[in-house]
Amino acid sequence: MSITLANVSRVVGGVAHIRNVSLELERRTLNVLLGPTLSGKTSMMRLLAGLDAPTEGRVLENGQDVTGAHVRSRSVAMVYQQFINYPTLTVFENIASPLRVQRRRKKEVEERVRNAARLLKLEPFLDRLPLELSGGQQQRTAIARALVKDADLVLLDEPLANLDYKLREELREELPRVFENSGAVFVYATTEPSEALLLGGNTACLRMGEIVQFGRTIDIYNRPSSLYAAEVFSDPPINRIAITLAGGKVTFPCGDTRPARGQLTQLADGRYTLAFRAHQLTFGDNTDQSYPFCGKVLLSEITGSESYVHVVWAGTQWVSVAPGVHNLLPGMTLVVAVDPREAFVFDETGRLAAAPPPASGRG
Amino acid sequence: MDKPSDNKAWLLVLPAFLLVVFTAIIPMMTVVNYSVQDTFGNNQFFWNGVGWYKELLDPSTELGGRFYTSLGRNLIFSAIILAIEIPLGIVVALSMPREGWSVAACLVIMALPLLIPWNVVGTIWQIFGRSDIGLLGAALNGVGLNYNYVANPLDAWATIIVMDVWHWTSLVALLCYAGLKSIPEAYYQAARIDGASRWAVFRAIQLPKMHRVLLIAVLLRFMDSFMIYTEPFVVTGGGPGNSTTFLSIEVVKIALGQFDLGKAAALSLVYNLVILIVCWVFYTVMTGSRSRPHVLGGSS
Amino acid sequence: MARIDLVDIGHSYAGSDAPEVSHAVKPMSLTWRQGGAYALLGPSGCGKTTLLNIISGIVVPSRGRILFNERDVTSLSTQARNIAQVFQFPVIYDTMTVAQNLAFPLKNRRVPPREIEARVGEIAELLDLTDVLGRKAVGLTADVKQKISLGRGLVRSDVAAILFDEPLTVIDPHLKWQLRSKLKALHRALDVTMIYVTHDQTEAMTFADTVVVMHDGRIMQSGTPAELFERPEHTFVGHFIGSPGMNVLPAEISGREARVAGHTIAMVKSYPTLAANARAELGVRPEFVRLAAPGCGLPVHVERIDNLGRVRIARLRVGDLKLVATVPRGLELTGAASVVFDPARVHVYAESRLVAGAD
Repeated sequence: MSITLANVSRVVGGVAHIRNVSLELERRTLNVLLGPTLSGKTSMMRLLAGLDAPTEGRVLENGQDVTGAHVRSRSVAMVYQQFINYPTLTVFENIASPLRVQRRRKKEVEERVRNAARLLKLEPFLDRLPLELSGGQQQRTAIARALVKDADLVLLDEPLANLDYKLREELREELPRVFENSGAVFVYATTEPSEALLLGGNTACLRMGEIVQFGRTIDIYNRPSSLYAAEVFSDPPINRIAITLAGGKVTFPCGDTRPARGQLTQLADGRYTLAFRAHQLTFGDNTDQSYPFCGKVLLSEITGSESYVHVVWAGTQWVSVAPGVHNLLPGMTLVVAVDPREAFVFDETGRLAAAPPPASGRG
Repeated sequence: MDKPSDNKAWLLVLPAFLLVVFTAIIPMMTVVNYSVQDTFGNNQFFWNGVGWYKELLDPSTELGGRFYTSLGRNLIFSAIILAIEIPLGIVVALSMPREGWSVAACLVIMALPLLIPWNVVGTIWQIFGRSDIGLLGAALNGVGLNYNYVANPLDAWATIIVMDVWHWTSLVALLCYAGLKSIPEAYYQAARIDGASRWAVFRAIQLPKMHRVLLIAVLLRFMDSFMIYTEPFVVTGGGPGNSTTFLSIEVVKIALGQFDLGKAAALSLVYNLVILIVCWVFYTVMTGSRSRPHVLGGSS
Repeated sequence: MARIDLVDIGHSYAGSDAPEVSHAVKPMSLTWRQGGAYALLGPSGCGKTTLLNIISGIVVPSRGRILFNERDVTSLSTQARNIAQVFQFPVIYDTMTVAQNLAFPLKNRRVPPREIEARVGEIAELLDLTDVLGRKAVGLTADVKQKISLGRGLVRSDVAAILFDEPLTVIDPHLKWQLRSKLKALHRALDVTMIYVTHDQTEAMTFADTVVVMHDGRIMQSGTPAELFERPEHTFVGHFIGSPGMNVLPAEISGREARVAGHTIAMVKSYPTLAANARAELGVRPEFVRLAAPGCGLPVHVERIDNLGRVRIARLRVGDLKLVATVPRGLELTGAASVVFDPARVHVYAESRLVAGAD
């Protein structure tokens, strides 16, 4: 089944939580809602589920208008950030609860619960109470309960946010496999771009109640349609320089000019923002096409597998990430470079003017 | 959140609804009817229109005079009660233990005065305060103070006030206690780390966090004290003279004492209106301060 | 400024006589150097928060002593120890402005008003709070509130140590970066002992000079981020550090060879302390597992390659075992493939502990 939001808005107490959103989600798809807190992710999920009614616009299910239809008449399951399970029921009973409400036969309940438990690795814990389990296991129980219902729409509101880093990693790895077995529409809200990339599927970038871009996750990553989408999709934060293009030459804020290269050659004269991700700001192995900058190291953060080097250049702060251990001392001069063929160019309004072709080496 | 609309729910409400109609709405309509008539309850009705109301609101008439004096008494009483009970309740709540076995014991002791039927409370204090056989009365007189709530208006007021404080401070204390318990431990730890004194902790953390609870406590105590009837009636009957005749007692005197049902009906309706207006003001203030925008840092 | 020593510290919430297995913190001794940046890293329930609370005085340990600069402070209150703590959720005084919040600890110590103003201004500038000094603290965003909490700790110039209890939990990802690098920069500038508790290994590794990994109330390993990454002494540390964590494969070691899932792998060192054909585990990080065409090394089956933007992660299977490798761009492989381990980066573990090899 497909679910569609058509020009939906939701205004509460004079504040617009959702502004004129149109979205179409197909079955068997995983859709990520990506955005910072208060960008409207939860509000949008509640509209999709039928927990709230839009002040304007319509909600359609398979083409039929279900605007205002209450969630009880829809086929929806939801998983929350706080692990919500019935504290007095065993894990088995917790997972079985929606089926018992639907009055399924005992054998069917048994079979479906065991399947869900196997999928989420809960089989050894079926007799325990939720409070006896770890956070990760409690959340798995909640997810199993959502899946066993075989609902048409499954919503997950930052389900991993309350888990430890390693547990989050573990569950995150398993979720795509768990989801692909079901035929529902999945909607997953998160603030972390790496989660969106790991889950794949489609992503909707949200900002202040509006959808800034919607499409395949990897496409948005490779070709963000606006500076905002590029920012939302970068972890570490995206680096940028304001440039002016005139007569085949690029002028940087410090006054230097360089010849235009890469996509810059195909753009009209004017002011732009050159944006590049942390791993595109290199030191050491620069290509002959790169623009070098003489910056000063602010800080070097080492994780062992890679190092994040914070540099400042002409008053702007950038982050560069490089594999390995680079213990650069603050105050040290460092030449960093960016290859314009790999950078994004955004025009003055923030819209994408040029992007590197996705098949290039380090996009 | 939009509540689901389910028409079958109305059927479940019907019995309660009918009950309310018979016990509240119809009698209320009768009172409204009486308030525009001149009657002594003997089924003889003479239309009076807004006559009683006009008389009521005119301080120069006898009725008006009585109304305004009683209203004044009610307001003074409520003000004194709030001034004593709210701070006292806060102090008690702060002193109550927050963990361990003593918590349960404390809560039970605090709840006891609230469970006693109101006329029993009145009777307790009526006997307690008697200068001949009452523990309090006899003790005070024995010490040399001339205490007699039957004869002395000041003593009567003091007795009623102390009785109300004894009866209702627990409510304020329990509400504030609940408010205090909801403060996360991290706040106290941070305050300790910042070197804050007890008073600073109170002003900076506890009082602001109790703000909403206090508003409820004030609203409840004001409403109840303004409507007070049973306890003072049992203790002093409105005396000595008129000194403790609150509006509620006034209404009863006119209705059951003089059988002047028209006047009494009008008086009681105006009384009702005054309470409603003050409560509405409080409510607006309460919800007004709650709708302040609050920026969250967590997930939404 | 203080050097903090924990001498034979242990804590059980059930009392000092409780059996060791119930201890939230098992008996241990630790020294925190003056001016060091430390991270206490571990999963939920490992005892890191308990340890932090023992240092700050919120929890009195059921055994052991705490010394600040050789002075026994075990019986002293939090206030008297002069430490600062930043909690998981921003703790600010609602009714006060940012400036009043920052001034609060100094006011409680009756510092003269002019000195307070100067100090508050200094700290506000350090934390980029100068613009919001006059605003009510309650209406600001979470990251600003955490900075205020931190500021209240820094405003006392003689603070012994600053303790952080998962302070970035409620903060958005891109603000986390700013706040984290700010903390590190502050540490460099101020020479204050900072102890940072977290379950997020990226936070721990980027912030600290020394990372203490805890598990089940015990310290598993303590060292610089590079040391923990390159030479994990316990398989738990190998798994917990690094995203994704180290691969741990059961193997049989004999001489300079290891047999994994029926295949032989040559190694750089020999392990004479292990019996021949001893059961052990091989640990190798995904960054040092190279994916290649079939036939070049250990045969594996590629289940999935996840694209995380700047790095790609391959989920592999060899027999019953799962393996993870990082894959450079441009390399596309599905189905059958093989992997080669960087021999210098392979570690051997017996009973989960690192075994030193001989050349």
